[in-house]
Amino acid sequence: MLGKLSLAAIPLDQPIPLFAGAFVGLVLLGIMAWIVLAGHLPYLWREWITSVDHKRIGVMYVIFALVMLLRGFTDAMMMRSQQALAFDAPGYLPPEHYNQIFSAHGTIMIFFVAMPFMIGLMNFVLPLQLGVRDVAFPTLNSVSFWLTCTGALLVNLSLVVGEFQRTGWLPYPPLSEITYSPGVGVDYWLWALSISGIGTLMTGINFVTTILKMRAPGMSYLRMPMFCWTALATNLLIVAAFPILTAVSAMLILDRYLGFHFFTDTAGGNSMLFMSLIWAWGHPEVYILILPAFGIFSEVVSTFSGKPLFGYRSMVLATMAICMLAFMVWLHHFFTMGAGADVNGVFGILSMIIAVPTGVKIFNWLFTMYGGRVRMSAAMLWSIGFMLTFVVGGMTGVMLAIPPVDFVLHNSTFLIAHFHNVIIGGVLFGAFAGYTYWFPKAFGFRLHEGWGKAAFWCWQVGFWLAFGPLYVTGLDGMTRRLQHYDVPEWRPWLLVALLGAVTILAGIACQAVQLVVSIRHRDALRDTTGDPWDGRSLEWSTASPPPAFNFAVLPDVHGEEPYWTVKERAREQHVLPEPPRYAPIAVLRNSPTGFVCAFFATLIGFAMIWHIWWMAIAGGVGAYLTFAVFAWRDRTEDEIPADEVARIDAQNRRARRDIYATMETVR
Amino acid sequence: MSETWRRFARMGATITLGCGLSGCTLRVLDPAGPVGMQERTILLNAFVVMLFIIIPTMAATLAFVWWYRPGNPRAVRRPHWSFSGRVEIVTWSIPLMTVMFLGGIAWIGSHDLDPGKPLTSPEKPLEVQVVSLDWKWLFLYPEARVASLNRLVIPVGRPVRFRLTSASVWNGFFVPRLGSMIYTMNGMATRLNLQADREGSFLGLSSHLSGDGFADMTFETRAVPEAAFAAWIGGAQGSTDTLDDDAYRALSRQSSKVPPKTFRLADDGLFDRIVAQALPPGPGPVSGRPDPTVSPRQGN
Repeated sequence: MLGKLSLAAIPLDQPIPLFAGAFVGLVLLGIMAWIVLAGHLPYLWREWITSVDHKRIGVMYVIFALVMLLRGFTDAMMMRSQQALAFDAPGYLPPEHYNQIFSAHGTIMIFFVAMPFMIGLMNFVLPLQLGVRDVAFPTLNSVSFWLTCTGALLVNLSLVVGEFQRTGWLPYPPLSEITYSPGVGVDYWLWALSISGIGTLMTGINFVTTILKMRAPGMSYLRMPMFCWTALATNLLIVAAFPILTAVSAMLILDRYLGFHFFTDTAGGNSMLFMSLIWAWGHPEVYILILPAFGIFSEVVSTFSGKPLFGYRSMVLATMAICMLAFMVWLHHFFTMGAGADVNGVFGILSMIIAVPTGVKIFNWLFTMYGGRVRMSAAMLWSIGFMLTFVVGGMTGVMLAIPPVDFVLHNSTFLIAHFHNVIIGGVLFGAFAGYTYWFPKAFGFRLHEGWGKAAFWCWQVGFWLAFGPLYVTGLDGMTRRLQHYDVPEWRPWLLVALLGAVTILAGIACQAVQLVVSIRHRDALRDTTGDPWDGRSLEWSTASPPPAFNFAVLPDVHGEEPYWTVKERAREQHVLPEPPRYAPIAVLRNSPTGFVCAFFATLIGFAMIWHIWWMAIAGGVGAYLTFAVFAWRDRTEDEIPADEVARIDAQNRRARRDIYATMETVR
Repeated sequence: MSETWRRFARMGATITLGCGLSGCTLRVLDPAGPVGMQERTILLNAFVVMLFIIIPTMAATLAFVWWYRPGNPRAVRRPHWSFSGRVEIVTWSIPLMTVMFLGGIAWIGSHDLDPGKPLTSPEKPLEVQVVSLDWKWLFLYPEARVASLNRLVIPVGRPVRFRLTSASVWNGFFVPRLGSMIYTMNGMATRLNLQADREGSFLGLSSHLSGDGFADMTFETRAVPEAAFAAWIGGAQGSTDTLDDDAYRALSRQSSKVPPKTFRLADDGLFDRIVAQALPPGPGPVSGRPDPTVSPRQGN
C-alpha cells in the first residue's frame, strides 16, 4: 500500500534533521494558521496563488529564492563548522549526514536559489522592458513556477522523510546506482529535478517566444535593453540544455527502477557517459545563471553612471558569443578522466575563449562609467563589488582551463573557491543588485540604502574570508567534500573560512533587517514617480507598482533608450507628450491550473520515490484532468474599460509632469 | 623615527618571508617530482600573465568610480559618449591576445604533461597497478609480485608507470606533491606517469567522492632510495599473507581506516582480471542503512 515508505523512514535517531524539520514544520504551520485565522487566505488565493500576472509570478519566484537561500546557507554553515571541528576528530556530522548536507547545499543553491532568483527577475522585468503586457504564455508561466516549488518541496521533504542523496550535488554513477546508493536519496534528487526541470524548460520556451514575438512597436532587436538580450541568450540555453538534464535523469531513473544499464559500468553500461551528458547540460547551466546577471549589471551601471551602455553592439555580440561557446566547453569538467592530450587541449582552449567576450563586457562596463556621473547607491555598490570580485574568479577559471593546471587542482578546494567566486561574486551579487534596483518598481517603495550597503560590505568581506582560504588549501592539496581530515596545515585556513561564513551570515541578517525597516518606513521611501533612479528603459515609464496591464498604451519605440529619449524631450520642452487615446484592455483571468498541476506533480514525485504505484497513477490522472479542465475553459479574459485605463494612467502622468517641471534642462 | 621605520621594515620582511615560506610549503607549489614541477611552472606563469591584466582593470574600476563621483568638479562628463571604435579594438584584443598566449601554453602543456605519456628517463620505469576499493587503496607491483594496502612505496629518481582502475565506484588518485591526478573507474584502466626526485613521505588522497568512507581514503606515499625500496620489496615478498582472488573479494567489501599492510601477490594477472570484471565489482553496502563501521558515532 505504501511502497517502501514506513515509519523507519523518519530519522528518529538523528536529532539534527528531526529538530530542523520540526522547527520548519512549526514555522510553516504558524504562518498558515495566521493566514487562515486573519482571513488572508482568500486574498492570497485570488491575488497570488492563482495569479498569471508576470509581475506577481516574478515576485513569488524571488521570495521563493530568498527562502531557499536560507536553507542552502544553513547547509553551508553546517559544512564550514563541521570542517572547522573535524581536524583529527569526527566532528558532529557523521559522513552519511555530512554527505547529504553538501549534496543538498549544491542542489538547492543552484536549482532553487540562483535559478528562481534569475527567472523571477526576468519574469518581472522582461515584459516591462519590452513594453508589452505579459509574457507569451501566462498560465504556462504559473505552471512553471509551481512545478519549481514542487521540486523544492520534495528536496526539503527528504530532510524528514527518508534521506537526501549522498553523492554530491550531481548524482555521478556508479555511486548513484542502486548497488551503491540503495536508499531513496538519489530518487529524491531525480524526481525533484525532473519535475522542476520541466518547469524551467517551459519558462525557457515562454521567454524565448516572448522576446522573439512580443516586443513593443518599433523595438527592433538592436533596440532591446541589454537585460533582454542576456535573457534571450539565457533562455535559448535553457531550451537547448534542459532537455539533456531531463534525458539523463530519465536514463538514471531507468537504471535504478527497471535495471537498465546506461551508466552501470557492467553489462555494457558506462558511467563516463553520464559525466559527459550531465555536463553538456551543466556547463551551459553556468551561463544560464551568469548571463542575466551580466544584463542586470549593464542596466545598473548605465543607469547610475547617467550614460548609455558603452559599446552596446559589442555587448550584444559578446552575449551571443558566450551563448554559443557555452555549449562547446563541457569537457573541461573531466580533464582528469584520461581523454588524451588532443581532446584536453582543444577543450582547454575553447574554455579560455569564453574569457574573451567576458573580458570585453568588463571593459565595456568600465567605459560606461568613464565620463559619467557615478552615483554610489546600494545597487551600484553590488555592481562594483562584482567587477572587482569577478575578475579574480575569471582569472582562476582560466587557470583551471589549462589542462596541466587542472591535473593538480581538479576537485580541490581551489575549484570550490573558483566557482563560488563567480557564482557569489557574479550571479548572487547580480541578483542582489537587481533586487535592489527593481524593488521600488515592484512594490512602490525603495529599499533602505544604509542597510543595503551594510549587507553588501558583510557579503563582500565575508566572501573573501570564506573563500580566500579555500584557494590556499586547494593549492595545499585539499580535496572537496572531506567529512574529516588530519592535515594540520589546513586547519587554520578552515577556521578563517568559518569566520567568513559567519560574516556572510551577518550580511544576510542585514538584508532581513533591511526588508523589515524598508516596509516599516515605506512612506518615507515611497517612489511616487515610477522612476526612482532616473532610469533609461521602458519599465521606468510606468507607475510603481505597475498597473495590471503594465502600459496604458503600448509605447512607440524609436531608439535604444526609449524612455530616456522621452525624458530628454520633456526636459527640454518642460511638457509631456499629448495624452494618448485609450482603448479597453483585455487582461487574462487568473487560473489555479499551475497550483493544482503542481499538487498532482508532487503526488507523482513522492509516489515514485517511495514506489507507491497507485498514488503515482492517481497523480497522473489528476494532472491530466487539470489539463483537460483548463483546455475546455470558455472564458479566458476580463476587460478593463477605456475610462478606467485613462483614470489609472492619469495618476502616472500627473506624477511625471511634476518631476519634468522641476527638472533642470541641462545636466 | 628611524626606530619606528626599522620596526616597520622588520615587520614587512617578516610578513613577506612568512608568506613566501608558507607559499613554498603548499603541496602543489612545492612538488617533489618533475611532473609537479612543470605543472607548477605553468600555473605560476598563467597567474602572473593574468595579473598584468586584472590588476590594472581593478585599479581602473576603483579610479573611475572615485574620479567620476557626482561631487568632483574637475571630472569631464560625457553623458552621450557610448561608442569608440578604437577603444573597442583594444577591449577585444587585450583578452584575445592573452587567451591566444595562454591557449598555446594549454595546448603544449596538455601534450607534454599528458598523464599517459611516459616520462623520459634513462632508468627503467617501475610498473605499479592501482585499485581503488571501498574505501582503501590497493597498490600492486606485478614485477615483484607484491601488493600493498593503503601505502604506496616508490624508489626515488625512477619513473613510475601507473595503471589504475576501481573495484567499484569512481575515485581520483592524487598525490599532490608528485603532480597529476587521474580518475579510477571500474571496468576501465587509466594511465599515469609520475616520478619522485626527493625522498619523503607524501600525502595521497582520493579526489573524487566515493561514498561514506571517502574522507578516510588517504594513503601515505613513501619515496625511498633504490636500496631501501629493494629491501621493502623483499620484506613484502616474505609476507605471510597472499593476495589471491578470494582475498581480493574480501577486500572489496566496504571498510575503512584499514591499517597499511603488505601481501605476496598470487599472480600478476589480478589487475587485468579486475579491469575485465572477471572479478566482480565491489558489492557496495550490505543493506540500505549505512555501514556502521564508518560512522564515527560508533567510536571508531
